[in-house]
Amino acid sequence: MDLALQIIASGLLTGGIYALLAVGLTLIFGVLRVVNFAHGEFMMLGMYGAFWMWALWDIDPYLSVFAVVPAIFGLGLLTDRLIIKRTIGAPEVTVVFATLGLSILLQNAALTVFSADTRSVTTGYTGTALSFGEVRVSIPMLISFVVAIGLALALWAFLSRTRFGKAIQATAQNRDAAALMGINVQRVYMMTYAIAVAGAGAMGAIAAPVFSVYPRVGLSFVITAFVIVVLGGLGSVLGAVIAALLVGLVQSVVGFLVGAAWAEIAYFVLFIAVLVLRPQGLFGRRGAEVYQGA
Amino acid sequence: MALLEIDGLSVHYGDMRALAAVSLEVEEGEAVTVLGANAAGKTTLLRAISGLVPCSGGSITFEGQEITHSPAHERVERGLVQVPEGRLVFPFLSVLDNLRLGAYTPRARPQQEESLAFALELFPRLQERAQQMARSLSGGEQQMLALERALMTRPRVLMLDEPSLGLAPLLVREVMDRITAIHQEGVTVLIVEQNVAQTLKLVDRGSVLENGEIALEGTAEELQASDEVRRAYLGI
Repeated sequence: MDLALQIIASGLLTGGIYALLAVGLTLIFGVLRVVNFAHGEFMMLGMYGAFWMWALWDIDPYLSVFAVVPAIFGLGLLTDRLIIKRTIGAPEVTVVFATLGLSILLQNAALTVFSADTRSVTTGYTGTALSFGEVRVSIPMLISFVVAIGLALALWAFLSRTRFGKAIQATAQNRDAAALMGINVQRVYMMTYAIAVAGAGAMGAIAAPVFSVYPRVGLSFVITAFVIVVLGGLGSVLGAVIAALLVGLVQSVVGFLVGAAWAEIAYFVLFIAVLVLRPQGLFGRRGAEVYQGA
Repeated sequence: MALLEIDGLSVHYGDMRALAAVSLEVEEGEAVTVLGANAAGKTTLLRAISGLVPCSGGSITFEGQEITHSPAHERVERGLVQVPEGRLVFPFLSVLDNLRLGAYTPRARPQQEESLAFALELFPRLQERAQQMARSLSGGEQQMLALERALMTRPRVLMLDEPSLGLAPLLVREVMDRITAIHQEGVTVLIVEQNVAQTLKLVDRGSVLENGEIALEGTAEELQASDEVRRAYLGI
């Protein structure tokens, strides 16, 4: 029983951290209709940001979030202006090449500047754990989980409660109709992109105490995030959060019962099963992947 | 000077010419229609005036200011508003949120609650369904929602693209009556409509578009009397 709880707890904790990466990815897709292949690289930059602030100035990675988020947000605004904005309305391959190209560029820039070394943050709480009966929970994992889920839910509340959030939703549902309400669609796109990649950056910073950082670290995370996004339903923020927890759970359970090598296979099998049985994903809307403007 | 002046406007989709040097003037307080067969360029004309498609030539002037290349949202802020073809409500937002988004611009925002109360009082069915997603409404209710949402923007010129499309005869009447009332409240109207007989009762003047060009212009009475209009659009 305790073992089962242990496995569930560690699965949910990992899944929760993924949630923050996945909500941004699903948001960019839902609103801009852009598949952001560079999403993992913004996470990687967030991790390096946290690492260097810790290595150079001894700043706690959780505190560095407050510097990383505005920095990556600014970088997101710039990226939208310079790259993403120019691909809106272009054929899909153009969008794919643009964001994939950006991903390769950022990875290699990191390789050049930071070298290929794997680096880790070690703090006073590294390796510490809380015990709930027989269940032990890593403290940095728990903090990262709480911050990640908190930020993902804050994003959801922002979208569903505020005026600008509703303008973002309206733009996702019908771009032309949004423009006819006086919504500046270009600005919605730019802000959405920047908010989403800032989320990836935040995830990088809070993952730094738990995972090692290297130039291609974003890739391994973003592939799982893509699975989560499709599983939760393209464009569904709440779906992405729940799918992230589910994927974490499946990874953890299968990893324990069958073996770590099977964990990834398991969630891809789950992924294929959902696509066959429910192509719109768990919380998606049929047709959401089709551009709905006139 | 007319409130809305369209001068020699051309629009191309790739190599295809959709509008060729169309000129049209709408005076303050007028109701004007643009008639034409399917694919004559009516929707393109309204989309160009709203800034949803780029113009390849000519100019659009609103209140004496050239807006030919200004972005769509700025035109709405100025009071040049369109209810697009197919209604285009936001399907996964509530009726209330749809209406509130009509008051998105800084100009319309201060009067949001006042406009909202007015719209809901006028259409109790929207009030009853205020919290439901807009996609759960019937076609007629969606059209009313689209119309009231556009009014929330406080338009000076309201452009309507096929407002009666796909509606039952009784609802067509209701929609046309509402448009007449809006016009009588002082809003300038530019309407594109298949239902020519009803539309000619509502408007002061009209133009006929053929293959992207203005083929005929006149007052509502002149158009009604024109053999060409009677044969092509009134089925007489």
